[in-house]
Amino acid sequence: MGLEIAGAEIVVQALTDLGVEVVFGYPGGAVLPIYDALFQQNRIRHILVRHEQAAVHAAEGYARASGKVGVVLVTSGPGATNAVTGITDALMDSVPLVVITGQVPTHLIGTDAFQECDTVGITRHCSKHNYLVKDTARLGPVLHEAFYIARSGRPGPVVIDIPKDVQIMKARYDKPGTISHKTYKPQVKGDLAAIEAAVDMLAAAERPILYTGGGIINSGPIASQLLRELAKATGAPVTSTLMGLGCFPAEHPQFLGMLGMHGSYEANMAMNRCDLMVCLGARFDDRVTGRLDAFSPTSRKIHVDIDRSSFNKTVRVDLTIQGDVGSVMEDMLKLWRARGHRPADLKPWWADIAAWRGRNSFGFEQKGDALLPQKAIQRLYEMTKAKKPIISTEVGQHQMWAAQHFGFHDPNKWLTSGGLGTMGYGLPAAIGAQLAFPGALVIDIAGEASIQMNIQELGTATQYRLPVKIFIINNEYMGMVRQWQELNHGGRYSESYSDSLPDFVMLAQAYGWKGITIEGPHDLDAGIQAMLDHPGPVVVDCRVSKLANCFPMIPSGAAHTDMILSAADEVGPADDDAKALV
Amino acid sequence: MKHLPSERHTLSIMVDNEAGVLARIVGLFSARGYNIESLTVADVSDNHEVSRITLVTNGPPPVIDQIMAQLDRLVPVHNVVDLTDWGPHVEREMALVKVAGVGEKRVEALRLADIFRARPVDTSTTSFVFEVSGSTDKVNQFIALMREVGLVEVARTGVVAIARGAEAV
Repeated sequence: MGLEIAGAEIVVQALTDLGVEVVFGYPGGAVLPIYDALFQQNRIRHILVRHEQAAVHAAEGYARASGKVGVVLVTSGPGATNAVTGITDALMDSVPLVVITGQVPTHLIGTDAFQECDTVGITRHCSKHNYLVKDTARLGPVLHEAFYIARSGRPGPVVIDIPKDVQIMKARYDKPGTISHKTYKPQVKGDLAAIEAAVDMLAAAERPILYTGGGIINSGPIASQLLRELAKATGAPVTSTLMGLGCFPAEHPQFLGMLGMHGSYEANMAMNRCDLMVCLGARFDDRVTGRLDAFSPTSRKIHVDIDRSSFNKTVRVDLTIQGDVGSVMEDMLKLWRARGHRPADLKPWWADIAAWRGRNSFGFEQKGDALLPQKAIQRLYEMTKAKKPIISTEVGQHQMWAAQHFGFHDPNKWLTSGGLGTMGYGLPAAIGAQLAFPGALVIDIAGEASIQMNIQELGTATQYRLPVKIFIINNEYMGMVRQWQELNHGGRYSESYSDSLPDFVMLAQAYGWKGITIEGPHDLDAGIQAMLDHPGPVVVDCRVSKLANCFPMIPSGAAHTDMILSAADEVGPADDDAKALV
Repeated sequence: MKHLPSERHTLSIMVDNEAGVLARIVGLFSARGYNIESLTVADVSDNHEVSRITLVTNGPPPVIDQIMAQLDRLVPVHNVVDLTDWGPHVEREMALVKVAGVGEKRVEALRLADIFRARPVDTSTTSFVFEVSGSTDKVNQFIALMREVGLVEVARTGVVAIARGAEAV
């Protein structure tokens, strides 16, 4: 070292030193020097997407499946603005990303130059942090710091905007030692006194519940292991948010399934009736709580979160523990054992839960000839579970059905856009996950509307020979929109019909994929088997019942106890307050 | 919890003295619907690396807690102190107040200024500019009185605040 090298080479060298293996991106004028530096090396693999939004989602899929930081490289102006949806998605779902954007040269900033936009201004409130690097010598330290910020604390996207002249100018680059930040110091260890109090509350509880979320996945596989131990030690039932699926085995007798708007009856009733709620790495999202003033009215609540701003944001809790959820659970278990606690007698509590379970809220009844979407996903699960697949989804009914009917047993196998609810997430996320695990079975469970939002990425999978599978639950409707129009808008299906759909089989073939159609229950298994038998990428157009709705459901503005279990107990039209909720 | 009565809180926020930091703070308030009554910012370190923001906000106590937590997690924020919760502290603001008039009104303006220890810092035969400083209430009162004797315009600094005693917060 000691030699001065160009900024673009510093970027590539720093990424290499940070252990980056894959970068998702799209070239353009303002990042050409970095692309040139990438061309002249062979340690980092660049994956060329077809649209910058997909680069970010692919990096998210890569990050969520592998636990590593996802890296994106795009150009200035439209490259950066196209990436904004993905960056926001990563912020909402706490996905660690570093997004490098090119910028016009420093002397042109502020002149409305060609392909200029105020990238740091635009991304300031949709990133965890961002930088505009105006000095080549700062590039190395900023890159290392950005990775540290992206992956530590509550993970999130960090944007680094690099003007083109900064990429060309030369400076020294030294690989830094351990990174620390003068003001940003996430708290990992939980306060022991608070953890002790939590353990005592757990030991004394008669109706406890562990309410788990994506924080457990972010904490690493060890946290999922610790959750299993905590559940075993306490005997408490476990429910999970959409983002936390996989942190606890779906078929475990203590698992109540997902909670919330489309969660199971038993999970929501147990949340409502518990006397102690232990929230582990979740954030009381509105999809989880339903009507706030009716949310778990009689329970004491403990909240474990690495982000202090999640505490008491919408739900007041009795005890907060700031720290990494894995580290806190480890301390909880140590204390639980040190004090010789045994699981309390939870028999009456489990009897209540058994009664709620008896309602079989995820049940569905096959009527007529049409294939029920729930059935399609259930069979997909049964036929693939031995392969431990990684599942991504788009957003809508199919996403909720996948969450309900596909069982997840391990963390990092479930990639979905929870907070932002981004249609078009699933295919690029599946591509990212497949790159992290080339030998894994990766399936994007999609809807026929969502899949069209990033359909161009079929080409990316083809180019890199990624055997991604897309399983389209095709009901010819933006189903969740139609469902809400049915519930709240008198069944007036304003613009929710998927007209002029492409022939998905021919579309697949046009991109070099295999295309399969499933027409109904009779060829469901054969279709899934054909998909699994094909070594390359496959699009399955699975035609399902057109008007099936996603139940159970807590209607907007309703309490956990007011769940609709099936179309038969649909309530009357919602009032204006409820209609105003999303 | 947003229906609880609102309280006025004065926050002291130490931040990196870098481009965009103020936008980050102000953007957080607008994005999350928090109020800003006043905001002042200036470099306060000898190496020009740290700025101090004094921000007056109002909201129910849980919202104030949220504001503190949201500010605290911003990467360039060094620390946030709620001076209202902290305890004894001094709050001051300064205003420049222009009044125009002749005859008895002009004399009365000067007399009132004297009572408020406001200093004339500019004068013409038909106008004064007074510099007045003190608590927000005092400045408000002075401005209200000046309305009756020919107020033309006002410029205010907003509140700056610091804890009493020997310690830094």
